[in-house]
Amino acid sequence: MSFDRRTFIKGTSLAGLTLMAPGIIGRAKADDTIRLASILDQSGGLDIYGKPMADATTMAVDEINAAGGLNGKQVELINYDPQSNIQFYTQYATKAAAGDKAHVVHAGITSASREAIRPTLGRFKSLYFYNTQYEGGVCDRNCFCTGSTPAQTVEKLVPYAMNKFGKKVYIIAADYNYGQITAQWVKKYVTDNGGEVADIEFFPLDVTNFGPTIKKIQAAKPDMVWSALVGGAHISFYRQYAAAGMNKSVPIASTTFGVGNEHKLISADEGDGILAAYTYFQEVPGDDNAAFVKRFQDKFGADAPYLNELAARSYEGIQFWAEAVRKAGTADRMPVIEALESGISLAGPSGPISIDPKTHHGVLNVYLAELKDQTFNIVETHNEQPPSDTLLVCDLKANPDQAKFYFENGLEAAGIK
Amino acid sequence: MDLVIALALQIVYGIASLVLISLGLAIIFGMMRVINLAHGEFLMLGGYTVVISTNQGVNIWFAMLVLAPLVVGLIGVLVERLLIQFLYGRMVDTLLATWGLSLLFVGLVTSIFGAQTATTISPPLGAIQIGDYSSSAYELFLIGVTVVLLLLVYAVLKLTKLGLVARATMQSDDMASALGVSTKRIYMITFGLGAAVSGLAGGLLAPVTGVLPSIGATYIAKAFITVISGGASILAGTTAASVLLGGINGIMAFLTGPTLGEVALLAAAIILIRLLPTGITGRFFRKSL
Repeated sequence: MSFDRRTFIKGTSLAGLTLMAPGIIGRAKADDTIRLASILDQSGGLDIYGKPMADATTMAVDEINAAGGLNGKQVELINYDPQSNIQFYTQYATKAAAGDKAHVVHAGITSASREAIRPTLGRFKSLYFYNTQYEGGVCDRNCFCTGSTPAQTVEKLVPYAMNKFGKKVYIIAADYNYGQITAQWVKKYVTDNGGEVADIEFFPLDVTNFGPTIKKIQAAKPDMVWSALVGGAHISFYRQYAAAGMNKSVPIASTTFGVGNEHKLISADEGDGILAAYTYFQEVPGDDNAAFVKRFQDKFGADAPYLNELAARSYEGIQFWAEAVRKAGTADRMPVIEALESGISLAGPSGPISIDPKTHHGVLNVYLAELKDQTFNIVETHNEQPPSDTLLVCDLKANPDQAKFYFENGLEAAGIK
Repeated sequence: MDLVIALALQIVYGIASLVLISLGLAIIFGMMRVINLAHGEFLMLGGYTVVISTNQGVNIWFAMLVLAPLVVGLIGVLVERLLIQFLYGRMVDTLLATWGLSLLFVGLVTSIFGAQTATTISPPLGAIQIGDYSSSAYELFLIGVTVVLLLLVYAVLKLTKLGLVARATMQSDDMASALGVSTKRIYMITFGLGAAVSGLAGGLLAPVTGVLPSIGATYIAKAFITVISGGASILAGTTAASVLLGGINGIMAFLTGPTLGEVALLAAAIILIRLLPTGITGRFFRKSL
């Protein structure tokens, strides 16, 4: 190994810089690339949601880089897997914000994980995107929620389903804040449309025996069942419901069935006829979406998961941010927030969508679909639906200095006790 | 009246499924004092065996009743040879080792088959009608299988030479080996048998609950609670605890909803362990199997 004066000086000066001034290095690093941190569960119980989201994130960043990056800079994707463990979320969020000095953090699946990291990212002044459908109510200048909220999907699906099946509804939901709040919105819209709620039942996430509930549904004789069940264990409900012969007589509508790709996990016979509403389905018509689906399948091969709302939102969430960085001419936080608040819009796979400046939520297209042979057939489209539930409590234009989560207030403002 | 029959059936099914998910654990724990934290993953592997072989065109009954216990039983023997046999008598170490094993199985299955598995196998039997109520005929079948399985395990332990030697080893392994019994072999066979029963249960439950790499976690807590509440006797303990806990869970779930059903099950188990620290069979049916 040769060792001359020149390399010696290079080496020692570099080492000296590293030791003396980490701040300088940090800034030097900031000039080279734009850093995007992604924190999504790719193992553990939530991986059925996290893996497609992580794949879509990778694809979005790769495509931006292949097209020459943002403002001439490459985007560096820093990927963390919190393993369905909230503790890792706070740890990785701190690392992404303080250690990596990420320009933006796209993170979180459950509401619990979002609320664990949102204050941290606010404190470190790291821009935060949450790309999952959730119960609504986040009102935070530093945070953009691109997923759908109950008012967007439930409001549209309830009248359609009641028209088709009947007015007496039996609600079953997962027993945590998303399920509890969604069930209340369903109840409100059922009553608003002149219907009647037979009963509401909540299930802990690890329940796999739905026998007693199926008997109760049979005793109550509803016209339809509304499911806000969540997670791998709850898929057994649809199987047991079909095994008791109930899926033929009392149909199911849901705004959670399909987002964990449940329709691919149960057989065609068990799933036929289920109604669902999302702001994206892989089956959404249009050339943009066809091209998106093809690129995704080419990239991830035959094993590519079904593209659901979560995956599309993750992809479009990054596109929203990228569009704002281009518009602002920089990846610095405040200019990007202001660019996003200027009412930025996008022609993504799910159609033309935009960011609502008042709530920092997505104005999204809502699709209603019926399941047949494990494929969703779109039966109704509602373009550019505002997040009307969060709009009731949140106005960041009038009062930008807030970082709140209006957990109950959204329900209260809508007149739900 | 229809409702009472339908509900009674439902509760019996709840009890039977508790017996199914706990029996394999009870055999391994009761005979060998090994706490197998990978028990949930044995169930999961049984489920995967059924799903994969039926997707390959194997008859579903054959896959559930023969292949699942066979495959998981062999895995159990392997695990015992490679891991457990070095850890007998070291309870904390086996806890740690089997916990690691459970993480390994979940990770392996996830990396081979992915986080979501296309489990499009449906219960192979239709619905039956009880007046205004309909039930799954497959649930009746599961109740039947559970009874047969209990009888089978009883017969093996009570009537065969293997059972006799196994019970002797369980009571005093020093004395058994002094009398010429290869206790090593007995432990290996027992562990394999326990794993096979878990595999069978996992296979039978696969059409009802579906299969995911992480599904074991939903079984393991209930299986442990049942086995600990039951106490030292494998069959009498598991059955008695299942009847008590499953009954309470079923009735409360129907009256108030599933959340309180689970709470009632756990509360009953806590009170039971407080009053009978050695489990039901520590006080009652002490001479039973």
